[in-house]
Amino acid sequence: MQATLDEIINRYKPGSRESLLPLLQDIQIEFGYLNEEAILKVGRHIKLPSGKVYGIATFYDQFRFVQKGKFHIKVCRGTSCHMHGSANILREVERVLNIKEGQTTRDGRFSLEAVSCMGACGSAPVMNVNGEFKTTIAMADIAQIIDLYRNTI
Amino acid sequence: MLFEIEVNGKTIKAKRGDTLLMALERNGIKVPTLCHIKDLLPSGACRMCVVEVEGRRGLIPACSHPVEEWMKVRTHSPRVIKARKTNTELLLSNHPDDCLYCERNGNCELQKFAEDLNVRERRFYGKKNKYKTDPSSASLLRDPAKCILCGRCIRVCEEIQKITALDFIGRGNKTQVGPAFNKGMNLSSCINCGQCVMVCPTGALAEKQYPAKLQDALHNPVMKTVIQCSPTLSVTLAEEFGLRAGKDIEGVMYAALRKLGFDYVFDTSFAADLLVYEQATEFFERLKSGANLPMFSSCCPAWIKYIEQSNPDLLTNVSACKSPQQMLGSLITNHFAPQAGIAIDDIYSVSAMPCIAKKFESQREQMTIKGITDVDLVLTTRELARLIRLNGIDIGQVDPELSDQPYQSRSSAGKMLAVSGGLTEAVIRTLHFVITGKDTNLFKLQELRSTKGRKEYFVKIGEYKLGFAVVNGIGNVEALISEIRKGRTDIHYIEVMACEGGCVGGGGQPIHPENDNVKARAKSIYELDEKESNRFAHQNASLQAVYTSFLQNPGSEISHAHLFTTYEEREVMR
Repeated sequence: MQATLDEIINRYKPGSRESLLPLLQDIQIEFGYLNEEAILKVGRHIKLPSGKVYGIATFYDQFRFVQKGKFHIKVCRGTSCHMHGSANILREVERVLNIKEGQTTRDGRFSLEAVSCMGACGSAPVMNVNGEFKTTIAMADIAQIIDLYRNTI
Repeated sequence: MLFEIEVNGKTIKAKRGDTLLMALERNGIKVPTLCHIKDLLPSGACRMCVVEVEGRRGLIPACSHPVEEWMKVRTHSPRVIKARKTNTELLLSNHPDDCLYCERNGNCELQKFAEDLNVRERRFYGKKNKYKTDPSSASLLRDPAKCILCGRCIRVCEEIQKITALDFIGRGNKTQVGPAFNKGMNLSSCINCGQCVMVCPTGALAEKQYPAKLQDALHNPVMKTVIQCSPTLSVTLAEEFGLRAGKDIEGVMYAALRKLGFDYVFDTSFAADLLVYEQATEFFERLKSGANLPMFSSCCPAWIKYIEQSNPDLLTNVSACKSPQQMLGSLITNHFAPQAGIAIDDIYSVSAMPCIAKKFESQREQMTIKGITDVDLVLTTRELARLIRLNGIDIGQVDPELSDQPYQSRSSAGKMLAVSGGLTEAVIRTLHFVITGKDTNLFKLQELRSTKGRKEYFVKIGEYKLGFAVVNGIGNVEALISEIRKGRTDIHYIEVMACEGGCVGGGGQPIHPENDNVKARAKSIYELDEKESNRFAHQNASLQAVYTSFLQNPGSEISHAHLFTTYEEREVMR
């Protein structure tokens, strides 16, 4: 059963500012993202203004602020992929899905994230859909790859 | 302990424990700073204060480096200048090039750096920021595109005011300064004190302004325009025209306002007297009944928003009196207009305040009748000065005039509301009269005139042993509140002003990043109190006349209808 937000928060001592990051991580693991309610509640629990919590959370790439889609797409923007044109790949994915990096499509099917390196530099450029790697992709492939998931239940 | 270091070939004395910047400043050597705020821990982020130190490979930030005995420093070597210049050029690379259309044109620190460092061409082309302005707050206009991320607003808000409405959002070249969730300021915990505006080096933070509305009203032949001026204005306005800081130009100011086209010019100090009389009476009632003590003052709108959002259970302890601005606003609509035979719809009521929270206050639902505001427009000191310049009025050539009847006279007690502790002094004077029926000679309460963030004063008036506490700088109030929650009972009256030094240090005052004129303004107010013939709010002749003809007596039903207000709990993103 899914732990509730309050249960996660109460694992940590009230007023303990040092538990901010582990707390946010726990919430993200459980719910996949940090919503406003979570940030406000965390702030109140560890006695840190919500603006501060939000500021710190946005500093780290690991935190998301919108719910992940059914299919979470990661496009690698590491050095090797960059050299192989991953900027264009990312732009093409954004165009096909009609969302920006960090967003989720309105139907909740796709979400898009740019990541630094996925350790597959030899097969650059790469992207990853729910853990499945797509290697040495070209811009022309993108629409096709996404269509594959668009029609999957 | 003093020791010697060498700076630019000369020997100067430095104190152990000081930063390099402090040592240099003490010896009159100027090093430019940007992210630095005096009396706060250095952040060392902007690298504008870098200097060359012999034996060190890199340049050293003077603001955060401790001064050491062996140091040989060059503050303006070619290498240093080049670094500062490059720094400025990089800041400019993504800055909107709209200086001519900017609020801070002519008074911008970034502009000054560019000029001082001879930046004459664009070497770096960065992608321009395309952030939208945030007009959601009633007081504050945030333009993130102009922000250079120095972080001073964040630090003032967090470390001095302890509100923390702003923080850095994101990282790298996508970093922005904004409130929680990057939503509107109106939803944030911002109390509109405006101290962030005072430290912003550029035009990224400014007060909300409606110059066109005012021009329309001033040039509309049907509209009767009325302006009231805060007690603080007369000792501040002179600065904006190059006169000595603290110079009192009250009469000249009234004359200038008439030249601007205002039909009636009033002094808010009159309403300050009114507030003092009403509040002293209200306080005495609470003393007699023992209920809702200690009583908090209510004239600072930033403080009111603060307590509404942070300690709503204490709202019953806040005095129900409106602020002087709103009291006079209400009197103008309900007393002056009928008396002068002006239809309420034809009155355009303006106030000039050292404050941007007053803009928010005038829009409060409680301050409106059927959606119509008592005070239609609030100008800051800065806006008023600009308006005077716009109309080509030479302050030096204007003969002083008096403000208008029926609110012409004022006591120096009302004037004292401009400074932290002044309200309490004024209330003590009138309270003495309210309790004993006699006037006191308790003047010049030095305990209340220091620059400390919290001041306390204990005195026996009649049979009452009373404690008065004065807080200035909203960051200092939570400590007092928690003392009271823990059971402290020797304090009966608490004056809270959100800005350090009180209204003279308000967020609508002239912005001079380099000189601190707050003390000069306060001094001027205290001098005025020394010289004044009437130092008691309740002896104000106009005030007594208004009571006779309209308000009856302090705390009367009519007073309650027009001069008192209510508060509400506020849900914000805290």
